[in-house]
Amino acid sequence: MTMHFLHFNRLNGIVFFSSWSAILFLIIPSANAEYADVVLNKYAESAGMRPVIYPHWFHRIRFRCKVCHSELGFEMRAGANKVTMAEIIDGKFCGMCHNGEIAWSVEYCDRCHSGLPGLKSGIIGDNETSGPGRW
Amino acid sequence: MPEKILFKLAYILLPFVLIMIGLSVYSAEQSKWLPLANDGLHDPENVALQALQNPREALSVLPEDYIGNKVHWMKALDEGFIQPRTSFNESTSVVVLDLDIIMKRTGEMPLVLFPHRQHTEWLDCKNCHNRIFKMEVGANPVNMFSVLQGEYCGRCHGAVAFPLTECLRCHSVARNKFKGNFGAQYKNKAHEKDVRQLSEKVEKL
Repeated sequence: MTMHFLHFNRLNGIVFFSSWSAILFLIIPSANAEYADVVLNKYAESAGMRPVIYPHWFHRIRFRCKVCHSELGFEMRAGANKVTMAEIIDGKFCGMCHNGEIAWSVEYCDRCHSGLPGLKSGIIGDNETSGPGRW
Repeated sequence: MPEKILFKLAYILLPFVLIMIGLSVYSAEQSKWLPLANDGLHDPENVALQALQNPREALSVLPEDYIGNKVHWMKALDEGFIQPRTSFNESTSVVVLDLDIIMKRTGEMPLVLFPHRQHTEWLDCKNCHNRIFKMEVGANPVNMFSVLQGEYCGRCHGAVAFPLTECLRCHSVARNKFKGNFGAQYKNKAHEKDVRQLSEKVEKL
């Protein structure tokens, strides 16, 4: 009798925890953008455009970090770069490649200006640490 | 007997439990490499999303990891899964330096081994020297508080390189097993001379 009772308790625990973990998994929207995605919204939304989403994962398949962070002059700190459309059209920053030759040109506004309204500038850190505090 | 009825009930619930466990594993699998339209960043009403590649298409074919982009980027590069360009201008010098640094002030944690080779595959010398790290052993007061605040290693680790949850990837050398000198691990005199020449060059940049 006692054994049965204990057995039940353990099963009950399994039922309880696994159903809750499953329910939490399903209910909590697992809206995880890709690690190292950058939101650029210093100027975009105040100028009536969607914020820019920059995916590191896409770019690092094609270019090593040093290409943008050394040659193109991007500071390695989210929010530290004053990237304006005027400069991009001038061929600086994104405009080094996004000129219609290496990558799509500035006329495809919505491919970069693709973020949800109201996003804050910054970088998406890891799901466990949420990135270092200062990002 | 109420216990007996509950006990039976538990067995009736067992398939439900298994289904729930299955579902949680499935949803965890689905939550990696979310389509851009429901990643919580991109605006699903933006029609231009159709022109963009979804992460799963690009990342699922690369060597696996369990953190970050769920891609082992270093393996992907070393094993030729990706061939990212090293420079924009042909005239830009591309340097890869093979030099390990052993950092000793790690408290009770294993020593930190910093491999220049892996880092210079991706980065240029002047990305770190001398703005983030001085080129001198012991001159950089690196500590985990600063790193967790996004300074030193934390410039990249935790934001774009593997995150700060992976302690032992950096703290990788057992203190009692390390018999050499701390700091730069030169292979021989010629190697040391090359490294010193290079660091003088970088110092001037």
